[in-house]
Amino acid sequence: MNNIALAHTDRIFDVEAARRQFPILTRMIHGKPLAYLDNGASAQRAQCVIDAVDDYERHHHANIHRGVHTLSQEATAMYEGARDRVQRFINARSRSEIIFVRGTTEAINLVTQSFARPTLRAGDEVLITHLEHHANIVPWQMVCEQTGAKLVVAPMDAHGEVHLEAIVSLMSARTKILACAHVSNALGTILPVRRIVAAAKVRGITTLIDGAQAISHMPVDVQELGCDFYAFSSHKMYGPTGVGVLYGREQLLDRMPPWQGGGEMILQVTFAKTTYNALPNKFEAGTPNISGGIGLGAAVDFLSGLDRDAAHAHEDALLHHATATLNKIHGLRIVGTAPDKASLVSFVVEGVHPHDLGTILDEDGIAVRTGHHCAMPVMDFFKVPATARASFAFYNTFDEIDRLAAGIERARKMFA
Amino acid sequence: MELNDLYRDVILDHNRRPRNFGDLDAADASVEGFNPMCGDHLTLRLKLSDDTISDIRFEGQGCAISTASASLMTEAVKGKSREAALELFERVHQLLTDDAAPPAEELGKLAALSGVREYPARVKCASLCWHTLASALKAADLKSLPAVSTE
Repeated sequence: MNNIALAHTDRIFDVEAARRQFPILTRMIHGKPLAYLDNGASAQRAQCVIDAVDDYERHHHANIHRGVHTLSQEATAMYEGARDRVQRFINARSRSEIIFVRGTTEAINLVTQSFARPTLRAGDEVLITHLEHHANIVPWQMVCEQTGAKLVVAPMDAHGEVHLEAIVSLMSARTKILACAHVSNALGTILPVRRIVAAAKVRGITTLIDGAQAISHMPVDVQELGCDFYAFSSHKMYGPTGVGVLYGREQLLDRMPPWQGGGEMILQVTFAKTTYNALPNKFEAGTPNISGGIGLGAAVDFLSGLDRDAAHAHEDALLHHATATLNKIHGLRIVGTAPDKASLVSFVVEGVHPHDLGTILDEDGIAVRTGHHCAMPVMDFFKVPATARASFAFYNTFDEIDRLAAGIERARKMFA
Repeated sequence: MELNDLYRDVILDHNRRPRNFGDLDAADASVEGFNPMCGDHLTLRLKLSDDTISDIRFEGQGCAISTASASLMTEAVKGKSREAALELFERVHQLLTDDAAPPAEELGKLAALSGVREYPARVKCASLCWHTLASALKAADLKSLPAVSTE
């Protein structure tokens, strides 16, 4: 129904073929076909991801890096194979730079505790932006409290845009770390991270990019970005929950002390002294989420096999259709109108609280996120307690957006 | 589940025109309630004379369910003794959470809240104001009431 050809790609994205890869999309909710518009919170699983996890659980499960027996070797090869896939996917120099963690939140906490805490001195500054997710605010507040460093927040404008100049003007000799989102989860704003990182680098500032919302929407090349750390979660890119990635430049990771102690992260243990394992295992204490890692590897394969330019063009078309359609609704205000946006729309409707809207849309089979999106400073900035957010994936259709608009009109009438 | 059962006319009406909404001068107690999951926030102020709620008003922001519940609550407990209001709190709590709750007819307009039971994600919206009231009524010292949170 939606074969989209757009100016910046001459290839056609076959939405129906993409949808067939996602079994959950055939579900009915309250008797209506599911319109899943909550991809920013968690994207759905591709069949190949489900199959990879299922195959591992049925045929190959054992603990990794431990046994000489066949299953342990197979599981190890599958898990470490996933690491290789991730390395290629984000173009890291070495597989040692790919640390498996529970998700973006844990990745950022690893950096704040293992890199920032031993490095920061009282009076140093950590620079973030106003549109960060709580996961890229609170860990920095904690480490600032621990070290006496100061958290500095770069402002955004009324469109939800963070300007390079605003960030650069806050960089000084005291700035030791810059941490910012690649894409804002609450607003959709795409930050000019390559230029931000370049500006930080010439000043000797270490950089962390929260890529949770970017990784599924755009190709990420960490060498081209030049950042020191890049964090993302598997479940936002069609993989399983409970696993994510911290990319770190090897030079920095090498110098950092382990974050958690336990099995796997050691070479030798005596009661007098323990010798730590090499990268990446130094940061992976304990038995990891093996099936999750393998599922993530399958998700990487899936995304790599996709025509990403065409998928991106389709997501862009969805964003434009949603923006135009929702803007026609009386009393609706889109929150976050930066010129460069990922495919999500955050909005408020006069007279209809986002939670009531969420319940009413659910009755129509439409899943959106409502609330503060773990970005309370963003809500405060726009003086709203909460918003409703429709966040799109390449498997969404124009028809689903039209259903969303009809649902919003229904809610407006109900509360009029 | 029926949406009309959740958003009954009484609920829509009290959301549109909340009763006892706003500040209360010379209140004997003021207590705040938060729902951190959705950012709802309300302030409840009351006057007590001889252990009876002589006046009660609320303000804040929340969804239709939370606003209507607070509005209905203030109407229902005004003039009630502390003990009777707490009894009512127990009844409403049961109404919101317990499928085996007895028929709600004698609760009058408050019975309109029973539709919330079918929407587990929304129960906290309806119960926030009631928990906030109960904490004030159960407190020994009305002058320093801690904020109430649904989480």
